[in-house]
Amino acid sequence: MEQVIANGLYLGAQYALIALGLTLIFALMNVLNFAHGQMYVLGGFITYTVYGQLGLPFVVALLASGVTLAVIGALMEKFLFRTVIRRSHREESTMLLAAATAFFFDAVILLLFGEKQRGVPKIVKGVFNDAGIIMPYDRMVVGALAIVFIAAFVLYMQYSRVGRAMRALAQDRVAAQLMGVRVDRYSMIGFAMGAMLAGVVGGLLVTITGVNSGIGGPISIKAFLMVMIGGAGVVGGAIAGGFILGMMESVGLTVLREYGDVTYLVIFAALMVFLSIRPNGLMGKPWG
Amino acid sequence: MTHKRNVKIASVVAFLAIVFIAVPAAISASGRIDLYYTLTSVALLSIGSAGVWLTFYIGRINIGQGAYALMGGYVSAVLVMNHGWSFWPTLPVAGLFCAAASVLIGLPILRLRGVYFAMVTLTLTEVARLLALALPITNGAKGIVSIPLPGALSIFGLTVIPDFAVLQNSRLAFYLLAVTVMVVCFAVMYRLVNSRIGKLCQSLQQNEELASSIGVNIAYLRVIAYAVSSFFGGVSGAIFAAISQSIYPSSFTVTDSVNFMLNCFLGGLGYVFGPMLGTLVLYFGWDLLFQTGQFQLLIYSGLMIVLMLVLPNGLLSLAEMTRKKG
Repeated sequence: MEQVIANGLYLGAQYALIALGLTLIFALMNVLNFAHGQMYVLGGFITYTVYGQLGLPFVVALLASGVTLAVIGALMEKFLFRTVIRRSHREESTMLLAAATAFFFDAVILLLFGEKQRGVPKIVKGVFNDAGIIMPYDRMVVGALAIVFIAAFVLYMQYSRVGRAMRALAQDRVAAQLMGVRVDRYSMIGFAMGAMLAGVVGGLLVTITGVNSGIGGPISIKAFLMVMIGGAGVVGGAIAGGFILGMMESVGLTVLREYGDVTYLVIFAALMVFLSIRPNGLMGKPWG
Repeated sequence: MTHKRNVKIASVVAFLAIVFIAVPAAISASGRIDLYYTLTSVALLSIGSAGVWLTFYIGRINIGQGAYALMGGYVSAVLVMNHGWSFWPTLPVAGLFCAAASVLIGLPILRLRGVYFAMVTLTLTEVARLLALALPITNGAKGIVSIPLPGALSIFGLTVIPDFAVLQNSRLAFYLLAVTVMVVCFAVMYRLVNSRIGKLCQSLQQNEELASSIGVNIAYLRVIAYAVSSFFGGVSGAIFAAISQSIYPSSFTVTDSVNFMLNCFLGGLGYVFGPMLGTLVLYFGWDLLFQTGQFQLLIYSGLMIVLMLVLPNGLLSLAEMTRKKG
């Protein structure tokens, strides 16, 4: 039992960090970033290259993942999404763009890094084994790092000038603009931060699960699930959704083991029922 | 008015002549029989995309058409293989089964809007795949294989459609079948959109609360639209299963669902025939890029991004733009 909870918490911390980036982009731009999973994979591969191949310290690799993805996110916002939002009649058109960028990233990742599963050496050796819980130290370190990042992100959004501007933007774009918030600039920063979070999680998790070019899509779907559970565009919701999904996955894998691979089926079914009762998720604004 | 009408009739006749006479003639003249398969796929995918388009018409982003295509394929395959049905009756049954399922699923989830609906339908595709893997009747990951070709269909002793297995050119037969179904589907769509229900659906797209406040039964309308949409999905899936003579849980995945949606976007959401054009362009574009080998996906997605930047309202908006300028 303790083991299941520990696994759930560890998974949840990772998931929450993924969902945070997605929900941030959604809150600011009303864009559902299909490429989020691909950004995660790209972050993973950058850490793999810097830490696994070049042998530089893990912190440097993580930094490289974050910075590269932030730059990519900023460029995507400036040159792609901003243009399409301005020219299109319907807001949904950004979805086509997002899907196209997801395919594009898939192709780039495949060309640059190949289709093999890649892993890196462990960052910390050894296994924690006490009080009925078995957990490798590296997982604990990664889980703790994820929680630190989440806390830092929440504090940043809450107390910094940039964070305040972005929250204002998420609440009401026009009103924020009238109050003198530079909408374009903060949209770009927000998109960059969302992409950066995806890259950082990718970099963190490559040390444990490794990475391969095919997992982008499934990661995106998981991120969508978490955002739906918690409510789109709400920071608290993304964190809650991440931990709930992590816990459900951990519990489901233990309890439903004898029925075969049905954990996700059960989670999906539960989600459908849940959404028919609470269409906006736990904390979502009406109609996102 | 009559002039406009004449133009419309003429263009429909021209279109029918092209797909039923000119294309087969051109293919048999050039000997490129493989094109039949491509065009059949385009026709079938555009049926599915037409369904997605209809959900766009009521203001919902549907990324779950793959689920219904998979469902339709399995219904048809199971009826043919396990219950000894002929293919022809399974076609409407597959469609109706999907429509019924979509009513059950749609009643709760159609209350969702915007990205929520989009995300739920996306996960629906995954649910369908996982169900196909888990249920005993679908035969798991091995799928259902070696489904017989469609047999003869006769009414009152008169053979309307010959047995596909004895035909010399079953590709042509499948092409004609797919194109016929496609023409019927788009005719239905056109009729639907230009009817009273179509106008009401458009009011849903613009403002559901307002529509509901003047007495439009929005819950009923959106379920109907979603059911028709899923019917199309089921039919296209069933024919796909018949053509490939097999169906697997991976026959229609999230990528296919996304593609159904992209076809609509590319053609243009404001135009009934948008999904058909979008499918044709996307499918052929993908096929043509096959020669570029490993760069296929890169070029394809790159072109899609460029297209989106230049024509964010779909290919058919090009006509509108030139009209405005001229």
